Amino acid sequence: MKPRSMTLLLAAGLLLAGGAHATAAGHIHASHAWIRVLPGDLPAGAYVTLENGSDRAISLSGASSPAYAEVMLHHSSTTGGMSRMTMVDALEIPAHGKAVLAPAGYHLMLMQAHKPVKPGDTIALLLKFTDGSTLAADFIARPANALDDGR
Amino acid sequence: MKSRSPLRPALLLLLVLGLLLGGCQRVQPLPFRLTNITGHMPTLAFTLTDDQGKTVSAADYRGKVVLLYFGYTHCPDVCPLTLAHLHVVMQRLGKLADGARILFVSVDPARDTPAVLHAYVNAFDPRAVGLTGPASDIEALVKRYRASFTREPSTGDGNYEVSHSSAIYVFDRDGNPRVLATPADSQDELVHDLHLLLDTAVAP
Repeated sequence: MKPRSMTLLLAAGLLLAGGAHATAAGHIHASHAWIRVLPGDLPAGAYVTLENGSDRAISLSGASSPAYAEVMLHHSSTTGGMSRMTMVDALEIPAHGKAVLAPAGYHLMLMQAHKPVKPGDTIALLLKFTDGSTLAADFIARPANALDDGR
Repeated sequence: MKSRSPLRPALLLLLVLGLLLGGCQRVQPLPFRLTNITGHMPTLAFTLTDDQGKTVSAADYRGKVVLLYFGYTHCPDVCPLTLAHLHVVMQRLGKLADGARILFVSVDPARDTPAVLHAYVNAFDPRAVGLTGPASDIEALVKRYRASFTREPSTGDGNYEVSHSSAIYVFDRDGNPRVLATPADSQDELVHDLHLLLDTAVAP
Protein backbone atom coordinates (compact mmCIF):
# COMPACT_ATOMS: atom_id res chain seq x y z
CA MET A 1 0.00 0.00 0.00
CA LYS A 2 1.28 3.45 -0.89
CA PRO A 3 1.96 5.91 1.94
CA ARG A 4 -0.61 8.27 0.47
CA SER A 5 -3.50 5.77 0.44
CA MET A 6 -2.47 4.81 3.97
CA THR A 7 -2.89 8.42 5.09
CA LEU A 8 -6.27 8.59 3.41
CA LEU A 9 -7.38 5.42 5.15
CA LEU A 10 -6.21 6.77 8.49
CA ALA A 11 -8.06 10.01 7.90
CA ALA A 12 -11.21 8.10 6.99
CA GLY A 13 -10.84 6.00 10.13
CA LEU A 14 -10.47 9.08 12.31
CA LEU A 15 -13.52 10.65 10.72
CA LEU A 16 -15.54 7.49 11.38
CA ALA A 17 -14.36 7.40 14.99
CA GLY A 18 -15.22 11.07 15.43
CA GLY A 19 -18.64 10.46 13.91
CA ALA A 20 -19.30 7.58 16.29
CA HIS A 21 -19.06 9.87 19.32
CA ALA A 22 -21.80 12.04 17.95
CA THR A 23 -24.11 9.03 17.76
CA ALA A 24 -25.60 6.58 20.27
CA ALA A 25 -22.38 5.74 22.10
CA GLY A 26 -21.74 9.43 22.81
CA HIS A 27 -24.85 9.57 25.01
CA ILE A 28 -24.06 6.50 27.07
CA HIS A 29 -22.30 6.60 30.42
CA ALA A 30 -20.88 3.29 31.66
CA SER A 31 -20.25 2.62 35.37
CA HIS A 32 -19.80 -0.29 37.82
CA ALA A 33 -18.05 -2.27 35.10
CA TRP A 34 -16.62 -5.54 36.36
CA ILE A 35 -15.79 -9.09 35.35
CA ARG A 36 -16.18 -12.21 37.47
CA VAL A 37 -12.97 -14.12 36.82
CA LEU A 38 -13.24 -17.91 36.86
CA PRO A 39 -10.26 -20.28 36.95
CA GLY A 40 -8.68 -21.81 33.87
CA ASP A 41 -10.25 -21.06 30.51
CA LEU A 42 -13.83 -20.93 31.75
CA PRO A 43 -16.09 -18.24 30.29
CA ALA A 44 -16.48 -15.15 32.48
CA GLY A 45 -19.46 -12.88 33.05
CA ALA A 46 -19.07 -9.12 32.58
CA TYR A 47 -21.41 -6.59 34.16
CA VAL A 48 -21.96 -2.85 33.74
CA THR A 49 -24.53 -0.14 34.34
CA LEU A 50 -25.35 1.88 31.20
CA GLU A 51 -27.04 5.27 31.50
CA ASN A 52 -28.59 6.96 28.51
CA GLY A 53 -28.50 10.77 28.63
CA SER A 54 -30.39 11.24 25.39
CA ASP A 55 -34.06 11.67 24.43
CA ARG A 56 -34.02 8.45 22.43
CA ALA A 57 -33.77 4.81 23.41
CA ILE A 58 -30.42 3.29 22.55
CA SER A 59 -29.77 -0.42 22.16
CA LEU A 60 -26.66 -2.36 23.11
CA SER A 61 -26.00 -5.06 20.55
CA GLY A 62 -22.88 -6.66 21.95
CA ALA A 63 -19.22 -6.07 22.69
CA SER A 64 -15.72 -7.15 21.85
CA SER A 65 -12.44 -7.15 23.72
CA PRO A 66 -8.80 -7.47 22.71
CA ALA A 67 -8.39 -9.75 25.74
CA TYR A 68 -10.99 -12.36 24.67
CA ALA A 69 -11.66 -14.27 21.47
CA GLU A 70 -15.41 -13.86 21.74
CA VAL A 71 -17.97 -11.78 23.66
CA MET A 72 -21.69 -12.54 23.65
CA LEU A 73 -24.69 -10.71 25.08
CA HIS A 74 -26.69 -13.13 27.23
CA HIS A 75 -29.62 -13.18 29.58
CA SER A 76 -30.00 -15.56 32.53
CA SER A 77 -33.41 -16.36 33.88
CA THR A 78 -34.83 -18.61 36.54
CA THR A 79 -38.36 -19.83 35.97
CA GLY A 80 -40.11 -22.87 37.38
CA GLY A 81 -37.02 -23.72 39.42
CA MET A 82 -34.83 -23.90 36.31
CA SER A 83 -31.93 -21.59 35.45
CA ARG A 84 -31.21 -21.02 31.79
CA MET A 85 -29.21 -18.70 29.56
CA THR A 86 -30.37 -17.26 26.27
CA MET A 87 -28.53 -15.22 23.66
CA VAL A 88 -29.81 -11.68 23.22
CA ASP A 89 -29.69 -9.63 20.01
CA ALA A 90 -30.03 -6.26 21.71
CA LEU A 91 -30.69 -4.70 25.09
CA GLU A 92 -32.58 -1.40 25.15
CA ILE A 93 -31.41 1.46 27.33
CA PRO A 94 -34.46 3.75 27.66
CA ALA A 95 -34.27 7.49 26.99
CA HIS A 96 -32.94 9.22 30.15
CA GLY A 97 -32.94 5.80 31.77
CA LYS A 98 -30.55 2.96 32.40
CA ALA A 99 -29.94 -0.70 31.75
CA VAL A 100 -28.21 -2.73 34.43
CA LEU A 101 -26.18 -5.74 33.41
CA ALA A 102 -25.93 -7.65 36.70
CA PRO A 103 -25.60 -11.24 37.95
CA ALA A 104 -28.66 -13.45 37.27
CA GLY A 105 -29.82 -11.12 34.49
CA TYR A 106 -28.22 -9.52 31.45
CA HIS A 107 -24.49 -10.07 31.10
CA LEU A 108 -21.70 -10.23 28.57
CA MET A 109 -20.16 -13.66 28.32
CA LEU A 110 -16.41 -13.45 27.69
CA MET A 111 -14.88 -16.52 26.11
CA GLN A 112 -11.32 -17.75 25.59
CA ALA A 113 -9.04 -15.21 27.22
CA HIS A 114 -5.89 -14.73 25.14
CA LYS A 115 -3.88 -14.77 28.36
CA PRO A 116 -5.00 -15.49 31.93
CA VAL A 117 -6.99 -12.64 33.51
CA LYS A 118 -6.37 -12.17 37.24
CA PRO A 119 -8.48 -10.36 39.85
CA GLY A 120 -7.34 -6.74 39.96
CA ASP A 121 -6.61 -6.56 36.21
CA THR A 122 -8.31 -3.90 34.13
CA ILE A 123 -9.81 -5.25 30.91
CA ALA A 124 -10.88 -3.04 28.00
CA LEU A 125 -14.22 -3.82 26.37
CA LEU A 126 -15.69 -2.11 23.33
CA LEU A 127 -19.45 -1.86 23.76
CA LYS A 128 -21.36 -1.90 20.46
CA PHE A 129 -24.69 -0.25 19.83
CA THR A 130 -27.24 -1.03 17.12
CA ASP A 131 -26.43 2.17 15.19
CA GLY A 132 -22.89 0.88 14.76
CA SER A 133 -21.29 3.25 17.25
CA THR A 134 -18.98 1.94 19.97
CA LEU A 135 -17.97 2.92 23.49
CA ALA A 136 -14.72 1.85 25.15
CA ALA A 137 -15.04 0.95 28.83
CA ASP A 138 -12.60 -0.41 31.39
CA PHE A 139 -13.81 -3.41 33.38
CA ILE A 140 -12.21 -4.38 36.68
CA ALA A 141 -11.51 -8.09 37.11
CA ARG A 142 -12.93 -9.39 40.39
CA PRO A 143 -12.51 -12.77 42.15
CA ALA A 144 -14.92 -15.64 41.40
CA ASN A 145 -16.76 -15.17 44.70
CA ALA A 146 -17.31 -11.40 44.34
CA LEU A 147 -20.91 -10.19 44.34
CA ASP A 148 -20.34 -6.78 42.71
CA ASP A 149 -17.68 -4.39 41.47
CA GLY A 150 -16.49 -3.82 45.04
CA ARG A 151 -16.80 -0.04 44.80
CA MET B 1 -29.74 -78.81 79.22
CA LYS B 2 -30.40 -75.18 78.43
CA SER B 3 -33.88 -74.15 77.60
CA ARG B 4 -33.71 -72.18 74.34
CA SER B 5 -36.74 -70.09 74.05
CA PRO B 6 -37.68 -69.33 70.43
CA LEU B 7 -38.89 -65.99 71.75
CA ARG B 8 -35.40 -64.64 72.41
CA PRO B 9 -34.27 -64.10 68.80
CA ALA B 10 -37.64 -62.58 68.06
CA LEU B 11 -37.29 -60.18 70.99
CA LEU B 12 -33.81 -59.30 69.85
CA LEU B 13 -35.11 -58.59 66.38
CA LEU B 14 -37.83 -56.37 67.81
CA LEU B 15 -35.26 -54.52 69.87
CA VAL B 16 -33.08 -53.94 66.82
CA LEU B 17 -36.08 -52.83 64.77
CA GLY B 18 -37.11 -50.51 67.56
CA LEU B 19 -33.66 -48.95 67.66
CA LEU B 20 -33.66 -48.51 63.89
CA LEU B 21 -37.10 -46.91 63.94
CA GLY B 22 -36.05 -44.76 66.88
CA GLY B 23 -33.10 -43.67 64.80
CA CYS B 24 -35.36 -42.62 61.96
CA GLN B 25 -37.69 -40.72 64.23
CA ARG B 26 -34.83 -38.75 65.72
CA VAL B 27 -35.28 -36.22 62.89
CA GLN B 28 -36.43 -33.40 65.12
CA PRO B 29 -38.82 -30.80 63.83
CA LEU B 30 -37.04 -27.45 63.68
CA PRO B 31 -38.49 -23.98 63.09
CA PHE B 32 -37.10 -23.59 59.57
CA ARG B 33 -37.71 -20.47 57.51
CA LEU B 34 -36.96 -22.07 54.12
CA THR B 35 -39.15 -24.71 52.45
CA ASN B 36 -39.14 -27.68 54.79
CA ILE B 37 -38.52 -30.93 52.88
CA THR B 38 -38.01 -33.18 55.92
CA GLY B 39 -39.43 -36.58 55.00
CA HIS B 40 -40.41 -35.40 51.52
CA MET B 41 -37.16 -36.13 49.72
CA PRO B 42 -34.89 -39.20 49.84
CA THR B 43 -31.87 -39.24 52.12
CA LEU B 44 -28.49 -38.24 50.68
CA ALA B 45 -27.10 -41.15 48.64
CA PHE B 46 -24.58 -41.18 45.78
CA THR B 47 -21.25 -42.56 44.66
CA LEU B 48 -19.29 -40.09 42.55
CA THR B 49 -15.74 -38.79 41.98
CA ASP B 50 -14.67 -35.75 44.00
CA ASP B 51 -12.47 -32.89 42.73
CA GLN B 52 -9.35 -34.68 43.99
CA GLY B 53 -10.19 -37.65 41.76
CA LYS B 54 -11.25 -39.82 44.70
CA THR B 55 -14.38 -42.02 44.69
CA VAL B 56 -16.68 -40.73 47.41
CA SER B 57 -20.14 -41.61 48.63
CA ALA B 58 -22.75 -39.87 50.76
CA ALA B 59 -21.40 -41.79 53.77
CA ASP B 60 -18.18 -39.75 53.53
CA TYR B 61 -20.19 -36.63 54.39
CA ARG B 62 -22.14 -38.06 57.34
CA GLY B 63 -21.52 -35.76 60.28
CA LYS B 64 -21.57 -32.72 57.99
CA VAL B 65 -24.51 -30.56 57.06
CA VAL B 66 -24.60 -30.79 53.25
CA LEU B 67 -25.68 -28.11 50.77
CA LEU B 68 -26.27 -29.89 47.45
CA TYR B 69 -26.31 -27.85 44.26
CA PHE B 70 -26.41 -28.94 40.60
CA GLY B 71 -24.51 -26.77 38.11
CA TYR B 72 -21.65 -26.71 35.62
CA THR B 73 -18.44 -24.73 35.33
CA HIS B 74 -19.11 -23.26 31.87
CA CYS B 75 -22.06 -21.39 33.38
CA PRO B 76 -20.61 -17.88 33.74
CA ASP B 77 -23.47 -16.16 35.52
CA VAL B 78 -25.97 -17.99 37.73
CA CYS B 79 -23.76 -20.83 39.04
CA PRO B 80 -20.95 -18.50 40.18
CA LEU B 81 -23.53 -16.14 41.71
CA THR B 82 -25.09 -18.99 43.69
CA LEU B 83 -21.69 -20.22 44.87
CA ALA B 84 -20.62 -16.65 45.76
CA HIS B 85 -23.79 -16.31 47.85
CA LEU B 86 -23.08 -19.65 49.56
CA HIS B 87 -19.55 -18.43 50.32
CA VAL B 88 -20.98 -15.35 52.06
CA VAL B 89 -23.40 -17.60 53.97
CA MET B 90 -20.48 -19.80 55.09
CA GLN B 91 -18.52 -16.73 56.18
CA ARG B 92 -21.48 -15.51 58.22
CA LEU B 93 -21.61 -18.88 60.01
CA GLY B 94 -18.03 -18.36 61.21
CA LYS B 95 -16.53 -21.41 62.93
CA LEU B 96 -19.80 -23.34 62.53
CA ALA B 97 -19.23 -23.46 58.77
CA ASP B 98 -16.58 -26.15 59.32
CA GLY B 99 -19.49 -28.48 60.07
CA ALA B 100 -20.97 -27.89 56.60
CA ARG B 101 -19.98 -28.82 53.05
CA ILE B 102 -21.14 -27.38 49.74
CA LEU B 103 -21.44 -30.25 47.24
CA PHE B 104 -21.38 -28.87 43.69
CA VAL B 105 -22.52 -31.69 41.40
CA SER B 106 -21.66 -31.12 37.75
CA VAL B 107 -24.42 -31.83 35.25
CA ASP B 108 -21.79 -31.42 32.51
CA PRO B 109 -19.40 -34.30 33.34
CA ALA B 110 -18.01 -34.37 29.77
CA ARG B 111 -16.27 -31.01 30.33
CA ASP B 112 -16.06 -30.97 34.13
CA THR B 113 -13.11 -33.17 35.02
CA PRO B 114 -11.99 -33.39 38.67
CA ALA B 115 -9.12 -30.98 37.89
CA VAL B 116 -11.42 -28.35 36.34
CA LEU B 117 -13.84 -28.73 39.25
CA HIS B 118 -11.05 -28.49 41.82
CA ALA B 119 -9.88 -25.09 40.60
CA TYR B 120 -13.48 -23.96 40.22
CA VAL B 121 -14.93 -24.81 43.64
CA ASN B 122 -11.83 -23.60 45.48
CA ALA B 123 -12.17 -20.21 43.83
CA PHE B 124 -15.39 -19.85 45.85
CA ASP B 125 -15.04 -21.53 49.22
CA PRO B 126 -12.63 -23.91 50.95
CA ARG B 127 -15.61 -25.96 52.16
CA ALA B 128 -16.92 -26.54 48.64
CA VAL B 129 -16.45 -29.94 46.97
CA GLY B 130 -16.89 -30.58 43.26
CA LEU B 131 -18.44 -33.90 42.26
CA THR B 132 -18.52 -35.52 38.85
CA GLY B 133 -18.91 -39.02 37.43
CA PRO B 134 -20.51 -41.07 34.68
CA ALA B 135 -23.45 -39.26 33.06
CA SER B 136 -25.82 -42.06 34.12
CA ASP B 137 -24.84 -41.68 37.80
CA ILE B 138 -25.33 -37.90 37.63
CA GLU B 139 -28.72 -38.36 35.99
CA ALA B 140 -29.75 -40.82 38.68
CA LEU B 141 -28.82 -38.33 41.41
CA VAL B 142 -30.63 -35.50 39.62
CA LYS B 143 -33.75 -37.69 39.35
CA ARG B 144 -33.50 -38.73 42.99
CA TYR B 145 -34.07 -35.12 44.01
CA ARG B 146 -36.63 -34.44 41.27
CA ALA B 147 -34.24 -31.93 39.76
CA SER B 148 -33.57 -31.73 36.03
CA PHE B 149 -31.23 -30.40 33.41
CA THR B 150 -31.19 -30.13 29.63
CA ARG B 151 -28.40 -29.43 27.17
CA GLU B 152 -29.07 -26.69 24.64
CA PRO B 153 -26.78 -25.79 21.75
CA SER B 154 -25.87 -22.11 21.90
CA THR B 155 -23.32 -21.34 19.19
CA GLY B 156 -22.18 -22.97 16.00
CA ASP B 157 -18.72 -23.79 17.35
CA GLY B 158 -19.76 -26.81 19.39
CA ASN B 159 -20.45 -24.86 22.56
CA TYR B 160 -23.62 -25.52 24.47
CA GLU B 161 -25.55 -24.16 27.39
CA VAL B 162 -27.11 -26.24 30.12
CA SER B 163 -30.41 -25.40 31.75
CA HIS B 164 -30.49 -26.76 35.26
CA SER B 165 -32.42 -26.78 38.53
CA SER B 166 -31.57 -23.73 40.58
CA ALA B 167 -32.41 -25.13 44.03
CA ILE B 168 -30.03 -25.81 46.91
CA TYR B 169 -30.92 -28.96 48.88
CA VAL B 170 -29.86 -28.93 52.52
CA PHE B 171 -29.28 -32.20 54.40
CA ASP B 172 -28.61 -32.61 58.12
CA ARG B 173 -25.60 -34.41 59.61
CA ASP B 174 -27.38 -37.77 59.22
CA GLY B 175 -28.08 -37.23 55.52
CA ASN B 176 -31.77 -36.45 56.02
CA PRO B 177 -33.26 -33.87 53.64
CA ARG B 178 -34.31 -30.79 55.65
CA VAL B 179 -34.79 -27.59 53.61
CA LEU B 180 -34.79 -26.35 50.04
CA ALA B 181 -33.41 -22.91 49.17
CA THR B 182 -34.08 -21.15 45.87
CA PRO B 183 -32.33 -18.11 44.39
CA ALA B 184 -35.33 -16.05 45.52
CA ASP B 185 -34.65 -16.86 49.19
CA SER B 186 -32.46 -14.47 51.16
CA GLN B 187 -29.08 -15.27 52.67
CA ASP B 188 -30.59 -14.50 56.10
CA GLU B 189 -33.03 -17.39 55.80
CA LEU B 190 -30.32 -19.85 54.79
CA VAL B 191 -28.02 -18.62 57.59
CA HIS B 192 -30.91 -19.01 60.07
CA ASP B 193 -31.74 -22.57 59.02
CA LEU B 194 -28.11 -23.67 58.86
CA HIS B 195 -27.67 -22.36 62.40
CA LEU B 196 -30.52 -24.62 63.50
CA LEU B 197 -28.91 -27.64 61.85
CA LEU B 198 -25.36 -26.88 62.95
CA ASP B 199 -26.21 -25.90 66.54
CA THR B 200 -28.50 -28.81 67.40
CA ALA B 201 -26.43 -31.76 66.26
CA VAL B 202 -22.99 -32.52 67.65
CA ALA B 203 -20.28 -33.47 65.21
CA PRO B 204 -19.03 -37.03 65.79
